[in-house]
Amino acid sequence: MSTATQDVKISVHHLTRVEGHGNIVVDVRKGKVEKCEWHVPEAPRFFEAMIRGRHYTEVGRITSRICGICSVGHTLASLKATEAALGIQISEQTFKLRELLKHAENFDSHILHVYFLAAPDLLGVPSVFPLVATHGPVVARALRLKRLGHEWGSLLGGRTTHPTKAVPGGFSSLPTRKELSELKAKMLAAIPDLEETLKTVAALAPKFPAFDRPTEYIALASDKAYAVYDGDIQSCMPDGKKQRYKVADYRKVTNEFMTPLSTAKYCKNKLDSYAAGALARFNNNYDLLHPEAKKVAQALGMKPVCGNPYLNTAAQVIEIVHTFHDSLRIVDELIASGIKDEQPVKPTKYATGAGAVEVPRGILFHEYSYDKDGMCTGGDCIIPTNQNHANIQKDFDKLLPEMLAGGKSEKQIELAMEMLVRAYDPCISCSTHYLDVKFV
Amino acid sequence: MARPKVAFFDFTCCEGCQIEFTNYGDAAFLELIKHVDVVEFREAMSEKTKDPIDIALIEGSFSREADRPRLEEIRKRAKIVIAYGQCATTGGINALKNHTTDYKKCVYGKDAEMPHLDSQKALPVDAAIKVDYKAFGCPVNKYEVLQIVSHLLHGKEPVIPTYPVCVECKRRETVCRYQEGDHCLGQVARAGCGAPCPADGIPCEACRGFADSPNEPALEKALRSAGLPERRAKEKSRMFTANQRSDSK
Ligand code: SF4
Ligand code: SF4
Ligand code: SF4
Repeated sequence: MSTATQDVKISVHHLTRVEGHGNIVVDVRKGKVEKCEWHVPEAPRFFEAMIRGRHYTEVGRITSRICGICSVGHTLASLKATEAALGIQISEQTFKLRELLKHAENFDSHILHVYFLAAPDLLGVPSVFPLVATHGPVVARALRLKRLGHEWGSLLGGRTTHPTKAVPGGFSSLPTRKELSELKAKMLAAIPDLEETLKTVAALAPKFPAFDRPTEYIALASDKAYAVYDGDIQSCMPDGKKQRYKVADYRKVTNEFMTPLSTAKYCKNKLDSYAAGALARFNNNYDLLHPEAKKVAQALGMKPVCGNPYLNTAAQVIEIVHTFHDSLRIVDELIASGIKDEQPVKPTKYATGAGAVEVPRGILFHEYSYDKDGMCTGGDCIIPTNQNHANIQKDFDKLLPEMLAGGKSEKQIELAMEMLVRAYDPCISCSTHYLDVKFV
Repeated sequence: MARPKVAFFDFTCCEGCQIEFTNYGDAAFLELIKHVDVVEFREAMSEKTKDPIDIALIEGSFSREADRPRLEEIRKRAKIVIAYGQCATTGGINALKNHTTDYKKCVYGKDAEMPHLDSQKALPVDAAIKVDYKAFGCPVNKYEVLQIVSHLLHGKEPVIPTYPVCVECKRRETVCRYQEGDHCLGQVARAGCGAPCPADGIPCEACRGFADSPNEPALEKALRSAGLPERRAKEKSRMFTANQRSDSK
């Protein structure tokens, strides 16, 4: 069949191996693209309406439920916003423990994505289950690493799905020095598993599709660290030019808007879309990566500014290593200084405040207002997947004609598009505000 | 039951309960899949089937009419339906909006009346179809789910606690939050979690919903005595029990 006259009809209804519901619709008639869209039909949940009238100690416990996969990140973004609104300054110890908790989530989630959601594509199987028979030791290793992430996060947060111990002003309960030493021992014991992970990914790396569409990359940034828990907002353009914004000004960067093409809200800043996530962090903050993580980047042939969205998964692998080694540093510092018994810091005022953290899928913003009794009067949550939708659509717009011109089959195109969406590791279930889509 | 076919489905939720399945760790997870065939699990696998299934695990609330046919179809295919997680068993956190009428307007502003924003009250799955067993919690207690499935495999009736969290809290000898000058919903919350929250120094928010016959007026009194203002004491339990309270709409 000549590609110029090819017909392609793709309707992936509820894309699998992603969190939440997304659809891909493609209609090509005689080589002409009539429709090429990424839709989100997730049921809306109205969190911003539900936090009204709730006490500030409850708000984080509610908005954590926006997403079960990044619930640590939602809790932390929520606490930061509440603390900004209530004039709470957390202690250095709390800061370190929160960083360690944030690292645990990114590690845990990246392991899940790389092994369970992305690897099956690279190995040509529909899911991790057939791999139990063919790649038993790899699956067992993945589950061991997943458990490490879970135990590491649970030590600090109480549990990893909707953590309980992180509260406004600090923690309701602290790990002991002994528990931290045990965590360190577990982490050290996992190093062989990590090394094997890198080998597996390096062997699969040539299977990442070649595709290039540099865009604007938005991530938290700080002069002190590869920012995950704290920093300003930073934009990195395809030419590497960077600009910083205050977190309180997040609306100037996110610019949510509606589009007739898709009913999900889109975000844009300098270009007509931007990307958030591991690749955005990598492109913004490469210089501050741990040396061990830089080695992995070299081994995978990754350099900033990288414009291949499929390599978001590779950036996650680099971050797994960074997060691991940076956490060992924090654990060592905490063991050396000892854990001080601290009560959560109390509010000093009641106003409006915003907070941001880097969840596995990108930068996450929460903002709340409180009345004089500490009751929430309203809020705003902008999740990374929401910020990525326009960018996914723009990737589609470039990818589809390229694949048609390359004479790819409908099946190949469908898989490439599915893989592209999965590479963003979208977390659609956290749709705080999405609209439904009906197909004609 | 010989090697049952197990499928996972999700509706309005955060998928945190599904994620708990990946938190079993290698030993429990690899053991579990020795005894069951996971035939559908959209979050982790692309395989799908139209075949009958033995156990359907449903996560998430029934929050729009459009989801009813999908629920009915699952019911038709499944021998046993287990609603798991608070969203599915009581409406959970999603039901927190049920006592308000302006939630669409609050979040979507001028777009609030767009027809595809179809969202009704958030209801439990059993508002649409018959449910055989319920695993409570936000998130579920993953070992409780394991226990329910294991009981079913062995032909036993799963037992779910009907008593309050205070029982478990006392059992683990946690100092009561009220003794510490705090408040807590443990008296009315359904046990089964092992009372981790008070043990970690924070009040129970009844994330497993109400225990059988909760004494709501007594709770309000206890909360007032702990220093909560009237409005807060009245509203306090609503977070996860919106559909179970006596004033539920
Ligand atoms: S019950 Fe809680 S953890 Fe489970 S899906 Fe609902 S919100 Fe998420
Ligand atoms: S802390 Fe809560 S659960 Fe524990 S005994 Fe007191 S009221 Fe009951
Ligand atoms: S103690 Fe209360 S809030 Fe905590 S897990 Fe148990 S039921 Fe849920």
